[in-house]
Amino acid sequence: MTVIDVDGLRVELAGDRSPIVDEISFTVQAGELVGIVGESGSGKTTIATALSGHFRRGARHAAGSVAVDGTDMGAISSKARQDLRGRVIAYMPQDPTAALNPALRIRRQLEEALTAHRIGSNRAERRGRIREVLREVALPDTDDFLSRYPHQLSGGQQQRVCIAMAFICQPKVIVLDEPTTGLDVTTQAQVLETVKTLCERHSTAAIYVSHDLAVVSNLADRVLVLYAGRMAEFGRRAAVFNSPAHPYTRMLLSAIPDPKERKSTHVRTGRTPAPGEVIDACPFSSRCEFATERCTLSDPPMVEVGVEHAIRCHEHETVAAVPMEAAVSAPRAPDDRADALLSVKDLTASYGTNPVLAGVSLDLFSHECLAVVGESGSGKTTLAKSIAGLMPAYDGTVSYRGRELARGARSRSTEERRSLQYIFQSPYRSLNPRKTVGQAIRAPLSHFFGTSEAEASNQVAAALERVALPSEFARRFPDELSGGERQRVAIARALVTEPDVLICDEVTSALDVSVQASIVELLEDLREQEGLALLFVTHNLALVRSIADRVTVLDRGTLIETGAATEILDRPSEDYTRRLLAHTPTVKSGDATGTILGDSGPDGGRNGRHSS
Amino acid sequence: MRLWNRHGWIIRRLGVAVLSLWVVSIVVFMATQALPGDAAVAILGRQATPEAVAIMRADLGLNRPLVTQYIDWFGGVLVGDFGESVGSGAPISDLIGSRIVNTAVLLVVSAVIIFPAGIALGVFAALRRDGPLDRVFSVTTPAMNALPAFVVGLVLVILFGTTVWKIFPATALFPPGEFPLRHPDVMVLPVATLVLSTVPYLALIVRATTIEALESDYVQMARLKGLRPRTVVLVHALPNVVVPILQTGAVILGHLAGGVVVVEFLFRYPGLGTSLTNAVSARDLALIQASTLLLAAAIVVINLIADILTVQLTPRLRTAET
Amino acid sequence: MTAVADTAAGPSRRRAPTGLRSLADAWKHLQTKVGVIITLLIVLVAVAGPYLAPYAHTEFVDLPFGKPSGDAWFGTDNLGRDVLTRVLYGGRTVVVMSFLSVVVGMVLGIAFGLVAGYSRTWLDDVLMGTTDIVLAFPHLLLTLLFVAMAGPHKWLIVLLVAVGHAPRIARLTRGLTLDASRLEYVEAAEAMALPRWRILASEILPNLSTPLMVEFGVRLAISVGMLAALSFLGAGLQPPEADWGLMINENRSALNVQPWAVVIPMATISLFALGAYLISEGFARAFAGVDRQGIRT
Repeated sequence: MTVIDVDGLRVELAGDRSPIVDEISFTVQAGELVGIVGESGSGKTTIATALSGHFRRGARHAAGSVAVDGTDMGAISSKARQDLRGRVIAYMPQDPTAALNPALRIRRQLEEALTAHRIGSNRAERRGRIREVLREVALPDTDDFLSRYPHQLSGGQQQRVCIAMAFICQPKVIVLDEPTTGLDVTTQAQVLETVKTLCERHSTAAIYVSHDLAVVSNLADRVLVLYAGRMAEFGRRAAVFNSPAHPYTRMLLSAIPDPKERKSTHVRTGRTPAPGEVIDACPFSSRCEFATERCTLSDPPMVEVGVEHAIRCHEHETVAAVPMEAAVSAPRAPDDRADALLSVKDLTASYGTNPVLAGVSLDLFSHECLAVVGESGSGKTTLAKSIAGLMPAYDGTVSYRGRELARGARSRSTEERRSLQYIFQSPYRSLNPRKTVGQAIRAPLSHFFGTSEAEASNQVAAALERVALPSEFARRFPDELSGGERQRVAIARALVTEPDVLICDEVTSALDVSVQASIVELLEDLREQEGLALLFVTHNLALVRSIADRVTVLDRGTLIETGAATEILDRPSEDYTRRLLAHTPTVKSGDATGTILGDSGPDGGRNGRHSS
Repeated sequence: MRLWNRHGWIIRRLGVAVLSLWVVSIVVFMATQALPGDAAVAILGRQATPEAVAIMRADLGLNRPLVTQYIDWFGGVLVGDFGESVGSGAPISDLIGSRIVNTAVLLVVSAVIIFPAGIALGVFAALRRDGPLDRVFSVTTPAMNALPAFVVGLVLVILFGTTVWKIFPATALFPPGEFPLRHPDVMVLPVATLVLSTVPYLALIVRATTIEALESDYVQMARLKGLRPRTVVLVHALPNVVVPILQTGAVILGHLAGGVVVVEFLFRYPGLGTSLTNAVSARDLALIQASTLLLAAAIVVINLIADILTVQLTPRLRTAET
Repeated sequence: MTAVADTAAGPSRRRAPTGLRSLADAWKHLQTKVGVIITLLIVLVAVAGPYLAPYAHTEFVDLPFGKPSGDAWFGTDNLGRDVLTRVLYGGRTVVVMSFLSVVVGMVLGIAFGLVAGYSRTWLDDVLMGTTDIVLAFPHLLLTLLFVAMAGPHKWLIVLLVAVGHAPRIARLTRGLTLDASRLEYVEAAEAMALPRWRILASEILPNLSTPLMVEFGVRLAISVGMLAALSFLGAGLQPPEADWGLMINENRSALNVQPWAVVIPMATISLFALGAYLISEGFARAFAGVDRQGIRT
């Protein structure tokens, strides 16, 4: 039985009528889980809310239809739509903190859907249902819990309340809109497990919207890959992951880091059309290695390439003939170590009375990349900032080339500041929006070297070239650049000081996976060609094998273990690391739905969100 | 524990309010009695002979140390003794007693109209965003907002009090000591002036905060749960609009306390504002002190109430542990 | 959460120099253009007025409250002076004093706010405590109190109006500075150990320019209203000076007979305030637009 039938859906901007998503057609069968994968700006949230007949302000349903349980959502009155929402099709939002009303108690927020849909004839029955669903999502069903306000719950508990809210009316289909973005891997695994169990138990169909191909590969029966508002590929999971037919899917798959094998990815950078941008070409053509002339002339139609497997590509026959190589590069042999370039001893720091770091020690040798891995609250950013002199309130020592560094950047020598450069997490916040790229890169030049204006512009061009950006970018403002381009500018700004050490604080976590791959590749090249040492701080264990020689694992401010990357990833000696590895999703392609999840029982305690 | 902390916060906030009141009293005192421009000269005028000034100084006790003068004056204020009027020699408290009532009535009547009207207009414009009413609204409110209160009042006087139609009295004279609400006709134009010069501002803020709430994820969530539109607005959006409105409300009452001086002067309404402007032209020191002190004190108290209500009405603040 | 695409906000045509970018953003809005035109017009009247005036501003041309005639287009005032002449003369003081008071208030407030927001130490508490006290007084009341006692000197009025503006501007600036100084590009400058004044001047301040321009417009409108109100109350400029607020005070007793003497200065004051306010609206819209660059799909 078909519970969702989307046919030729087009949603456009109300103003200039340019499409946000176009020509979207797919069905969802009862009890089935369909994954919709796309990077930011691909239109996935627009589709997710369109399924409930909801369009955000400024967007309008222009063509095609969405049928839920046999009813055309666009053809019925708003009152009838209201009746279907929540009861037949439920929605689970991306950010539970924003989706729960801060002014209302949990009880009220759970109960109102029941009241609205007249489920349960009296209060006692409704309360009974609330308690039942709370138990199902492993939350306490006590009155005390129900009387709380959202801010009194932990991040993980808020997430579970949202799951309970979606399941409370026992809908036929549930739309999950990036429900685990920003969660730690452990929490993510628990949330996914809960959702999956509930869907199976109640044979609820689900649509899982995500940017994370690895997570989708572990959950979905069928997968729809979106690119720039169009379907790129749609098919059964095994088909999409075993024999991806669209160049974009192939690129995505090769860009996903895997803790189990070292990948060397070469992602082509190019421009992704902005939402609403009208193009008379295959939207992927500028980034596609298979692109031919006709790709730049017309947008290809959807073609069948196998059983229940369709893609949108002019050159699908050529693409199919080229095997997907598992580009595995050999692990690097550790260099001969001289003395440590950077050495941290017994670093202890706290926020007020909360300890953040408890006696962390590590060494960074020249030319190596040391990854510092930890979940949110592990103190990894505090560690990085202390080393950079941005968080002077610590105990312990940080030494550079054997000399102890002063705690604050201002007390350090120019030479020391120049040699340690810091690259921030968010390229959207690390570049001054009122300064051009050129001005941003010139600032350290004139500050550290007193470089003259004329000389500086040559050096700016050279720095841009080192990060593979054209020199005319110097005149642009940050808001004219994409996230990946901004991060390259931030790296260029660090490089002009000719540093010895780059401290990279979650530098890829704000970026899409294909952009992430290209930034990692850039850092890798810089390390090799320019002999930089990298301190690579990340929450993503999967990234580590692609970039790091050695790994340090942090948990709640204490150092769990340090060792060679291969050693730690293949044979972790600590339970914590093992658990982290088990929860890190990797691409699965077998026919049976894999278990992403280790031995995770639900726990409300350590659920954090990344500060992204 | 939580309870204690909450009371602890209120006590601290009260302390801050008392402290501000005290500092306000010092500022008023300094302005009136300690400024280089001698108070005696201020009273007698610049043509006064040095002898007269000397006598006046002695009379006013200006030869004593400043601290003594302040303690004397402030001690009186605390028990409601603001000294005596230079003009009539009557105790200030007798002079301004009924005026406090009159001003309070003017402000309360205005506020009773301003808040429902401003909130209703703002919410309505937000709900029908970009509709015809909202367009009219977003063009006219900035214009209304920019006009000084006395210009608004004068326009009303021209339209309804003098030149065009003569419907309402242009001056709000009524026998002293009488309760102003017994003369509703004289209240119309002063109240309308205060209302028209503050409602656009309030409505603009209400519109913006309501739109923000309506665009929030939790309101979208409520819609996607299948709740009725009315429930979405009343239960989900509006409770989150109350607190910003409350803070705006305090700002508006502050505006009113200043605006009331101009409006009372314009309509010759016998309140604290006119007692202040009269005192300024008559150089009646004690009366100036009393009027400014009372108006400033009203603002301190209004802000105190707004802050306490804010905490009471915000679950996150109310249940905070510290 | 706003997802931002890995695409630029679109190929942009903007190539305005850094400092003028907020101006260029605001200029796209109709409000800014209308506001600037109105304000310039009023400034022009104020500056050129005395040269265009048919009479001297203290010259008696007719009987008091004379009706409009060929000699006095808008009639005469309470002493028989030409209304048009006095309007042309009467703008200078308001225009100059209102701009001065806002500029002084902005400089004070921005300085206080930047230092308080950036230092985050005891200095912050002291500065903000000071603003709290000033805020307890209604702006007009504060001015009225001191002017009444120390005399209606123009410099004093400007200073008092400025002092009334300053705490409100300081609070705004402090909040904006607090937000901005947590941003990573400021941290990047800290890591380089750029001098603190340069961080404030070149990293933080340029990003506050749009909201501060919004405030400038609002404050200018308030200043205009306040200065006019002071004159209207008889506590500002003193006769025989020609001043729009004072004209209203002098002539309102004869609204029935000779409304022009009140209506024209009312209109000029209102236009001036409206112009200032519209400029701030334009900037406010430009500011709101900045946050919408991330496109959610």
